[in-house]
Amino acid sequence: MNFFSILWEQKEINEVTLQPEWFPDLNLDQVIQAITARKQEYNLKPLYYTPPNDLLTIRYRQEIARDLSDEGLIGALKAFAEQMVRVRRYLALSDKLDYRYHQEGWFLEAALVYGKAMVDLGEGMSSISLSSRGLLAFREFLHRYLHSQAFETFFAEAKKVKEALQRIRYCIILQNGTVRVRRYEGEVDYSIEVEKTFAKFKQGAVKDYHSDLSRSSGMNHVEAQILDFVARLYPEEFAALDRFYRRQQNFVDETIARFDREIQFYLAYLDFMAEIQRKGLSFCLPQVVAEKDIAAHQTFDLALAHTLRFEKQEIVPNDFYLRDSERVIIITGPNQGGKTTFARMFGQLHYLAKLGLPVPGREARLFLCDQIFTHFERQEDLRNLSGKLQDDLERIRHILDHATSNSILILNEVFSSTTFEDAVFLSKEILGKISDLDAYCVWVTFLDELSTFNEKTVSMVSTVKPDNAVERTYKIIRQPADGLAYAFSLAEKHRLTYRQIVGRIRS
Amino acid sequence: MKVFLLYPDRDFALKGDLPPQTEALIQDLELDILLDTMAQGDTFLRTVARQALLSSLEDPQVIRYRQMILQDCLNNPDTVRELYQIPVQALITKQKQWLGIFSLYPSSILSSAVELLEMFVGLLRKMRRIVDENGEHFHSPGFQRFFNMIRQELDEAYFVEIESHLKELRFRDGVLISAELGMGNEGQNYVLCRPKRAKGNWMERVFSKRSPVYSFSIPPRDDHGAKAIGELRDRGINSVANAVAQSADHIDSFLNVLRVELGFYVACLNLAERLAEIGEPIAFPEPYPANARVHTFRGLYEVCLALTLNRPVVGNELNGDGKDLVMITGANQGGKSTFLRSIGVAQLMMQCGMFVGAESFAANCCSGLFTHYKREEDATMKSGKFDEELGRMSEIVNWLKPNALVLFNESFAATNEHEGSEIARQIVKALIDRGIKVFFVTHMYELAHRFYELGLTNALFLRAERQQDGQRTFKLREGEPLPTSFGQDVFQKVFQLSQQQPL
Repeated sequence: MNFFSILWEQKEINEVTLQPEWFPDLNLDQVIQAITARKQEYNLKPLYYTPPNDLLTIRYRQEIARDLSDEGLIGALKAFAEQMVRVRRYLALSDKLDYRYHQEGWFLEAALVYGKAMVDLGEGMSSISLSSRGLLAFREFLHRYLHSQAFETFFAEAKKVKEALQRIRYCIILQNGTVRVRRYEGEVDYSIEVEKTFAKFKQGAVKDYHSDLSRSSGMNHVEAQILDFVARLYPEEFAALDRFYRRQQNFVDETIARFDREIQFYLAYLDFMAEIQRKGLSFCLPQVVAEKDIAAHQTFDLALAHTLRFEKQEIVPNDFYLRDSERVIIITGPNQGGKTTFARMFGQLHYLAKLGLPVPGREARLFLCDQIFTHFERQEDLRNLSGKLQDDLERIRHILDHATSNSILILNEVFSSTTFEDAVFLSKEILGKISDLDAYCVWVTFLDELSTFNEKTVSMVSTVKPDNAVERTYKIIRQPADGLAYAFSLAEKHRLTYRQIVGRIRS
Repeated sequence: MKVFLLYPDRDFALKGDLPPQTEALIQDLELDILLDTMAQGDTFLRTVARQALLSSLEDPQVIRYRQMILQDCLNNPDTVRELYQIPVQALITKQKQWLGIFSLYPSSILSSAVELLEMFVGLLRKMRRIVDENGEHFHSPGFQRFFNMIRQELDEAYFVEIESHLKELRFRDGVLISAELGMGNEGQNYVLCRPKRAKGNWMERVFSKRSPVYSFSIPPRDDHGAKAIGELRDRGINSVANAVAQSADHIDSFLNVLRVELGFYVACLNLAERLAEIGEPIAFPEPYPANARVHTFRGLYEVCLALTLNRPVVGNELNGDGKDLVMITGANQGGKSTFLRSIGVAQLMMQCGMFVGAESFAANCCSGLFTHYKREEDATMKSGKFDEELGRMSEIVNWLKPNALVLFNESFAATNEHEGSEIARQIVKALIDRGIKVFFVTHMYELAHRFYELGLTNALFLRAERQQDGQRTFKLREGEPLPTSFGQDVFQKVFQLSQQQPL
């Protein structure tokens, strides 16, 4: 079993570097931005723009994601990632430095961190029970690598050189402009004596007056001169360092480097998930199917959940299913009731499922779609109404020309600026075409008429609290669209429902 | 070196948490007057007095520890005030000469710390002299321990040792620093070392293997080089600067602790002197453990009232041993509220180790003092008055522990008497059954009467006195609750309806 990538088992798709144009409609741009924000150096976005198209690869990734529910494994991988960050940082630093032993010193640090990272990862993964093909193959690869002659020699030498350097202790004598350097000869720490004298006054914790003299690594010519003197005082130790530096220039293994980036595809997403899970929301690995029978339980909009992750405000999860001939969800109901959020969520779920990642929800069975198309009202569009209508229709035409029966369509308030009659007419025409196409579609509309179009349409409605119509529940439920929900909320806002009127009129 | 003048075994926490009911206590017991007198315009003393008064002790042993120290203070007020001037002087000098450690750089941290230490050493010498001259007149264990500590720790040899360090820390012979190689071969663990004194005979010195020494000098105009050397020196003396600065801080905080703890006694002296001027007696109370039930006193007056009126006020007596409930009824303006305040103020004063305003006083400590007074109408309009009262009560219940002491003043009267009485009855009964001591001032006859009818051996009933002519004596006497509070009298007085105005 030959390991080459933790994202692709066999053939890989070339990385897409541009985000799909419909990403902003589903707020997936925000999601990906949030996932990758703290991981800039890996350039992860293309990995999220490049979903596989086959169930095998999706399953290859899902297995890995499932293995990654192990805290121990995550801990080992995160530690590995942090160490690799340091390796790169030290190597970059070493490249830039001016003084020879300084440069070689940072090169040695990089080598030590790298060696330890490998050993730690090997140990960290050894006792974890894995079942994914990807991680099993990687572990085997890592085992072979750790026991290779090349690695063993490299790491042993690095440690030996470092230990010798660490044993060095020297003295600097500063007087006016003169610096003298010699070996250390057992002089005692003066601060300890001072502390001893004043120990009797000790009154518990006081401020730490150690100045923070740390600074970004660097060395001025005085320090460099001192280091040169130290090298003269301890010539063998520095000769060993020279040799190591010359022999081990390219010590980072290519497969390791690729794994280091690609595993972040999972880890970054898991980190992002964890913040949302703390709000009490669940994620699950969906069953991805090629048949048209889908359902999701307790799912939610990932972008919204992320935005509200530190807020008190609750995220209301929703359910949906489409079975038999059902293809199109028509969502109606009061504004600000979570309709658009629901539509976005539907698209997000299918895209994330395709990436092979866990999706929001307790349980989900999702369709392996070929493409996602969206039509959201463009706010910035300032053309006149007829121009806008034409533009709308052209965009929908474009979608219908390119969509297949395996595509997913998300339409949000199409034709909202035409007359009611026009809107009904046009919408029914479009709905007919979508119905013929047999593609999945979620359509947010104010036209109740669409919800009973044919056997493929399902009506879902955003709801309000029974006793207070002003308060939204953000629940979208399967229910006939009868327009009452909205009327009810208005009546209640004006305190004109039956119960309210009865309550207001007292004897 | 520890001051330990407020506790035998620990420092007083000036910024410690005060009990949650603190604000209510200050308001209901009118403690501001007491605290102002103790402070005599010194905000620091006020802070100390406030903190001590409100963070009550529960251990009679510790209370007696403070009482004995306070007795020493009352006997030697001048010496105590002179000692108190030592930390005060340190503070004033620091402010006047801008002494203090403000810099971020080791070399200036070190030199400011050395300056501070020089000033402190002078004051410590002065303290030693005061102790030598007057120590013998102090007999409390607290002061004896403190003075013995000063005598032992701050002897002449010690002062000489400190002074030699302060001299050496000016580094006339350069700085010797040891270092190691850290990451990237950058120097680390810079440690200032004391040069080894040459020792051994000349043979040893000649044959001991010495290290070669490499040296270089920076050219006079190499500013970067000079700066680099300065930085290196800073790294070298970082730890010693920290050690010296921390030592200065330790002495500073020793003096601060002394200022706080002596400050408490100075504040007590201030109060004692004021009360003596007024002609009111003071007495050291006898504290009993919290689980005892003792409340017996003679001539207990309300200290704050005496301070406000600037003349002696009526004192009361009580034989309340074994009682969990003291219910006070009777004439309006008959001194009920004053009496209740005097109970609260005395409790606080006793439990911080002070004297109390009485001829004699004995009581058990309480696990927490709480007041529940009727309040002005809620300004926020959020809840009704009765609702507000119950809300406050509920909060108090959150904090109550057995052996607490709760003072009620006209509580739960913001509704009709029947409802109020019933709610109050249930609350009070629950409290005393849970081992909480209750003083309840009320004009709700039904409430007082129902408790009276129960014939509880652990309940005591007091009545504000009213003479036949309607005059009040402001004295409380034991007696069965009566069905009226003589509100008519007050009404008449206010509206001047009666022609038979008594003298």
